[in-house]
Amino acid sequence: MNILVYLIPIALTLGFLGLIGFLWSLRNGQFEDLDGAAHRILHDDDPA
Amino acid sequence: MSDLVATAPFVIAQQDGLQELNLLVEGMHCPSCVAIIEGALKKQPDVLSARLNLTTRRLRVTWRGDASFGDRWVNLIQSMGYRAVPFDITTQETAEQKEEKLLLRALAVAGFASGNLMLFSIPLWTSDGMEMGAATRSMFQWVQALIAMPAIAYAGLPFYRSAWKAVREFRTNMDVPISVAVILATLMSLFETSHQGQHAYFDSGVMLLFFLLIGRYLEARARGRARSAAQQLLQMMVGTATQIMPDGSHHAVTSSDIREGMRLLVAAGEKVGADGVVLTGVSDIDTSLITGESLPQEVCPGDRVFAGTINQSAPLVIEVTKAGEQSLIADIVRLMEVAEQGQARYVTLADRISGWYTPAVHVLAAITFAGWMIWGNVPWQVALLYAATVLIITCPCALGLAVPVVQVLASGFLMRRGVLLKSGSALERLYGITHVVFDKTGTLTLGKPKLVSPQSYDESALQWAASIAVHSKHPSSQAVAQVYHGALLPLAVREVPACGLEAEYEGASVRLGKRSWCHPDAPPATDTLPELWLVASGTPAVRFTFEDALRPDAQEVVKRLHAAGMKTLLLSGDRPEAVKAVAQVLDIDTAHASLTPVEKSTILDELKHQGAQVLMVGDGLNDAPSLALATVSMSPTSAIDITQNAADMVFQGESLRPVLTAWKVACFAQTLVKQNFLLSIGYNVIAIPMAVAGYVTPLVAAIAMSSSSLLVIANAMRLNWQKGKTA
Repeated sequence: MNILVYLIPIALTLGFLGLIGFLWSLRNGQFEDLDGAAHRILHDDDPA
Repeated sequence: MSDLVATAPFVIAQQDGLQELNLLVEGMHCPSCVAIIEGALKKQPDVLSARLNLTTRRLRVTWRGDASFGDRWVNLIQSMGYRAVPFDITTQETAEQKEEKLLLRALAVAGFASGNLMLFSIPLWTSDGMEMGAATRSMFQWVQALIAMPAIAYAGLPFYRSAWKAVREFRTNMDVPISVAVILATLMSLFETSHQGQHAYFDSGVMLLFFLLIGRYLEARARGRARSAAQQLLQMMVGTATQIMPDGSHHAVTSSDIREGMRLLVAAGEKVGADGVVLTGVSDIDTSLITGESLPQEVCPGDRVFAGTINQSAPLVIEVTKAGEQSLIADIVRLMEVAEQGQARYVTLADRISGWYTPAVHVLAAITFAGWMIWGNVPWQVALLYAATVLIITCPCALGLAVPVVQVLASGFLMRRGVLLKSGSALERLYGITHVVFDKTGTLTLGKPKLVSPQSYDESALQWAASIAVHSKHPSSQAVAQVYHGALLPLAVREVPACGLEAEYEGASVRLGKRSWCHPDAPPATDTLPELWLVASGTPAVRFTFEDALRPDAQEVVKRLHAAGMKTLLLSGDRPEAVKAVAQVLDIDTAHASLTPVEKSTILDELKHQGAQVLMVGDGLNDAPSLALATVSMSPTSAIDITQNAADMVFQGESLRPVLTAWKVACFAQTLVKQNFLLSIGYNVIAIPMAVAGYVTPLVAAIAMSSSSLLVIANAMRLNWQKGKTA
């Protein structure tokens, strides 16, 4: 069972990284215009 | 082109000589508008970036160079047919948007925590201490505490705040039992963990928050698009006008400096800056912003014009009769602000239920505690444990999901049928309506002129008229061009402002336009329909007449509304004859004509005082206050943005049927909501005796809670099976 000593922190860290990533993208304004972002991929000459 | 708006005060200077300007863009209809506007701006050599948000309609432009370039970008956007107005970015992030972001962050934290807690809960549930040593068990519980405590502290914030506010004001709401249950569950679990006990409810507490936050977030999103319509309208009116000084010189004045008695020059294509009377000039005024009428109105000296309308063909000099705060637009804004405040007082079914639910649950928990203490012969810790489980298990998880899930599914269902639901509680309000009030132009009718009996005209006259008319954007011309499908004559056409169109053909002139210009000595017409005259040398003059056609299914929709027991009203600012004719054709109960926006909303107010629940359907700016005042409101997508903002629902297309569809969906949605409430209360009827009797374990709590939530969601899904009935 000693493997748990490694596995639990690893599992929690990975989950935590996902959470941080989400909060970062939220703060970064990536959820501001969901409708627009969905259509933006269809624009021909979007330099981004 | 004149500067309609001075942008300089709104330009924000940034580092390295960069300038930034935020604009509110009106008139976007589809995502490709985003590409068109951004593309045009990015082609400008100085512009570094342009980003348009489709949801909020805000455009951010940054460029290198002078601050005054801002006016150029506005002019560029306006020349493409959109309206753009600068706004102050600092005032724009509202409390509601902040709340929505907080909810989303809390939802993320709760989701993360409940997922990871399950990692530890499942081993704890499935083993009874034999396979797992006491030390491992205890460690698992402590790890759970480590994850759950910060998550509960943070993700519960929206509930704690609102509960605290309610308690401080000696009220109660749904958030009070939620907060008490979550905090109690956490404290109890901590106590149990430190005593190596069984009853650690960390997972239940976090899962509860997770489910509830889903409901809250969906609700906040449905509400998010709501209404700063009045504010937006005022912003659209900011601008400058040209004043004519007594000595004849011209001067630019901002709209806030316009006073009564001033003389203003209104150039062709410019917005009229204030209410006034025409002194000199003959022109056409586009009043579609205010009345929804697409056919321009002819004005000559002595006629009244209103702020916000657009002068189309020739320059006018007007004398201001009402400026700023007294203008028609300012009246409309005031009415709307009052109405919008009134709307906020609506109490939803969920709020009414939570009014008695909360005290009932707390009394039950207290009885459980007292009961175990008196008759149960157990230590007080155990009695408290059972009381707390009652609170946890009755926590209104399914109740919190009951309404938002139905709302979200119903709004998706309606969206696919061309109805955009903008307010969360609109369906609930729509369910109880007793009266339907329609506007005429643009609502019951299409708001576009249509040629009266096109087959009665001579083929060659139609060909001539259509060949000339295709060169004009005037609604009547377009109506002529639309009915002719043959080959067009290649003509060189020029537009004579305020008169019509003229073409040269084999040395002779052919005219299509107004009576006074084409055929001044024609005998007066017997009807009052809008008209166009075609005159060519050698042939008799032809008179084309137009009417505003009804929406194709208006008659059937009104009939079905009557069949459902509703009263219908027609409130219009149009002439009495026109209104009467429409009311007769459609068999509408009551019709009022020649109404001002104030009178419209007065009639609505009276109806409401008589206890009527009113659905208002309208599209003009003159309807906006009534839309905001009505119990619930709809407007077509052809309406201007401000009116659409004031309405609870917006519908697309030429058909009036969406009004009926929305009502039917509302009725079904309300049935589902009631069933959902019954389901979640039914679950409590089973769960509460178990909790009172002390049979509930953390595993039972987790299963009961998630299964009742899933049941409620599954029931709401039935909405999507209703295709046959409401489509």
